[in-house]
Amino acid sequence: MQERIKQIDFLGLVLWIFRTAIIVSMLWGTIATLMDNPYSARAWTDTIVAGIAQGSLYALIAIGYTLVYGVLFMINFAHGEFFMSGIMTATIFIAQPMSASGYLDRHPVIGITVIAVVTMLVSVGIANLTERIAYRPLRGAPRLVPLITAIGASFFWQYFFQGLYGSEVKAFPQIEVIVGKVNIAGIEILKSQVIVIIVTILMLAGLYFFVVKTKTGKSIRAAAENKDVARLMGIDVDRAITLTFTLGASMAGIAGVLYALVFRQIHFFMGFFPGIKAFTAAVLGGIGSIPGAALGGLFLGIFESVGPGLFLEGLGVPSPHQLKDVIAFTMLVLVLIFRPQGILGEALAEEKA
Amino acid sequence: MKKSITTKEIIQKALVAGVIALSMSIIGFIALLGERELVKGWFSLGHVFLIAAPLAIAYVTVENMTHENNAKTLGVGFAIGAIASVPLILLAYIAVAVDIRQFLSNVSPALIELLTFGKDATTGSIYLLLLFGATGVFAALLNILPARVRHPLVIALAWMIGVATFSEILLGRLRSLLSRDLIKTIFAGKTLNPAFAVGVFLVALLITILWDAIGGSVKEKVAAFNPVQKKTMSAGKSLVVMVVILFLPLILGSYLSEVANNVGLYILMGLGLNIVVGFAGLLDLGYVAFFAIGAYVMGVLTSQGALGLDAGFNFWTALPISVIVATLFGIILGIPVLGMRGDYLAIVTLGFGEIIRVIAVSDLFKEIFGGAQGILQIPKPNFFGTELVQPGQLYYVILGGVLLALFIATRLRDSRLGRQWMALREDEDVAEAMGMNLVNTKLMAFATGAAFSGLSGAIFASKLTSIFPHSFNLIISINVLALIIVGGVGSIPGVFIGSLILVGLPELLREFAEYRMLIYGTLLIAMMLFKPEGFLPDQRRKRELKAEAELDGVEG
Repeated sequence: MQERIKQIDFLGLVLWIFRTAIIVSMLWGTIATLMDNPYSARAWTDTIVAGIAQGSLYALIAIGYTLVYGVLFMINFAHGEFFMSGIMTATIFIAQPMSASGYLDRHPVIGITVIAVVTMLVSVGIANLTERIAYRPLRGAPRLVPLITAIGASFFWQYFFQGLYGSEVKAFPQIEVIVGKVNIAGIEILKSQVIVIIVTILMLAGLYFFVVKTKTGKSIRAAAENKDVARLMGIDVDRAITLTFTLGASMAGIAGVLYALVFRQIHFFMGFFPGIKAFTAAVLGGIGSIPGAALGGLFLGIFESVGPGLFLEGLGVPSPHQLKDVIAFTMLVLVLIFRPQGILGEALAEEKA
Repeated sequence: MKKSITTKEIIQKALVAGVIALSMSIIGFIALLGERELVKGWFSLGHVFLIAAPLAIAYVTVENMTHENNAKTLGVGFAIGAIASVPLILLAYIAVAVDIRQFLSNVSPALIELLTFGKDATTGSIYLLLLFGATGVFAALLNILPARVRHPLVIALAWMIGVATFSEILLGRLRSLLSRDLIKTIFAGKTLNPAFAVGVFLVALLITILWDAIGGSVKEKVAAFNPVQKKTMSAGKSLVVMVVILFLPLILGSYLSEVANNVGLYILMGLGLNIVVGFAGLLDLGYVAFFAIGAYVMGVLTSQGALGLDAGFNFWTALPISVIVATLFGIILGIPVLGMRGDYLAIVTLGFGEIIRVIAVSDLFKEIFGGAQGILQIPKPNFFGTELVQPGQLYYVILGGVLLALFIATRLRDSRLGRQWMALREDEDVAEAMGMNLVNTKLMAFATGAAFSGLSGAIFASKLTSIFPHSFNLIISINVLALIIVGGVGSIPGVFIGSLILVGLPELLREFAEYRMLIYGTLLIAMMLFKPEGFLPDQRRKRELKAEAELDGVEG
């Protein structure tokens, strides 16, 4: 017993030192950067806006993780691939031919709507195929089993789409109307970023309304709460799960279109890291919570965008923007160690954590 | 449960088979395998994989239906095969009519030629339909035939395809041994001559039939040996295995030794990850981090380039330091994740792996680790004055490492610590309640796993003589995970089998190497669905999986 207490103290001490070291170095870096003031105010606002746009994408993808985790308690590793598959297919089959014929510039709204619909259909199709073949038979299996399957599915889809469309980077066509900047309240913002932010807000609001207010949404929440009781109440749990994947994948599909509008580069590996980061965002906000995913995404996006310049520059790190990913992953580790329930999450029950 | 089959089911199953074959075609897999001709002028590996899906699905379907009469069964087989060809026929027509390549870059003329047998679309389609139909009939026939006919037939076919697949390697080894004329009768170019292929088939068939006839009595005789004889026999077996392993580079030649070396490095990593994932049940996706650390320490200590320390380290003195540093990192990275379980642990370790790689690529430690350019001019190991340059020589260094790791892993498995790990894997809370020290047990698992990986990384650096951060990406972690899952989680022999299949085979078949990750992904899913315990399962783990599934089944 004595020894055991000592063990915990030792561990607690190490973690405490770890935490202090990170906070101190962050503060130190911030102060040093601000004293030195290498960037103009303009640069900072640009970075923050870019961070919000990036965070919006994370938020949309994170919804998929949060919904699936809420219902099945599994990390759907392949979710990033749902994001990639839709926009990749739509770019090749719709956007590029449409742009070549000039249609996309003449009717940008119809064009983008068609692209968005196709993207969502493909994403949802891939998601439900994956769920049906790879996840459904394994319900109730030991927990590592579906996780490994999901990792397998992720790699399967990545390299399937690589084989399908080739491994080179595809260009999403430029659309004349959304090139350039607009002036909002004295801040110049890229039009594409404005679109990202507005669409994300609309989508998240719609989704929240759907899940909270409608009866179908209720069935999802019931399945997340307790599958057996939900079944007893006459809810078709399989259908609720399919619906969960459909919702998550549609959001990922929309995120794919927005990603394409901003970055205009599509390739088969584009889903993996955004996927992992979106998972980080979901955990950050509190997994299982939709507002949490939105908040977590936003937070991560801003942190990742501002972080290298703010924390690392001051510490004298050369070319800090290479370490963007390190910041995101460090954040994931920190959140999981010190606040696994996330910002908005309820305390995770042992079975969920 | 056998039941009679409806037309709808037949069409459904057939279309599944057809879509699988179609998918394999449009991602370029079939066309690439089509380049590997198996028997001169007859068929290629592409054909084998093309008919694989209809063959398997027809076989399973026929097996699960009630058997009324032979004609009907064969008819069902034919129907499944024939309908399965429809998606491919459509593809062939579409590809002839429009330029589909601008969308699907891998629908190449070579693929269409393979699908239509070099004829025009209509004739080719009929051929394809007949081939698929015949495949279905063959599958049904296999099902009807009694085991004593089926078994030799399948084995002989497998041998023929196997020998033909590796004919290029076989040619490379035999060229120096056999006379030119003999080579010419066996091989046509790099592929087998039809006559020789048939010969292989017949010989395999004969041997299998013979073995089926007398094998039983031989086995009985062996079983009836007295203990002394049995002991002699198992000692003899071990001796043969040891001699073969010892002289493997001589048998294999330089190219295959290189392959064996890569397999060896993965076995080392696999043995380590098997401790973490297999024994202790801690899913670590950032395992490549320790491989990278081992490699970088070796690189920094011994490199003769601009980045080396030049402190007089050679391979042998740097090796233990690499292992120790990797072990320390195993503990350092293990501490923060002690409280995490299952999927959270997986994603955080994945994050660690990426952090290490991104830091290595970045300019942060460029003066020490060389940033994206990596470390060059790392010397090869030196053994009493001879530099081990040849793969056949390096083989022994890796063999030594593998034997050491094998010894440690086996001893640990059977030790008190090993039992603690397995208790941890089975139920963490119960293990803790039994008074187990979770902190030490988990850290020991991370540390041991990291040590093996570090050892592997250090040898890897010295073997390649240069290291780049891009070699240490997530894919290596996934490779190692896949190989222990295929072999059987927690099973030490499984690591060897897994490495041979997942690392050895793709090196021998370039075509597979290109689709390696796709195959790994498929394998991970398929293994979890159909054989979660792996091919060489650990008995204990197998029981556990079964019990867990039953328990969860009860709970819901």
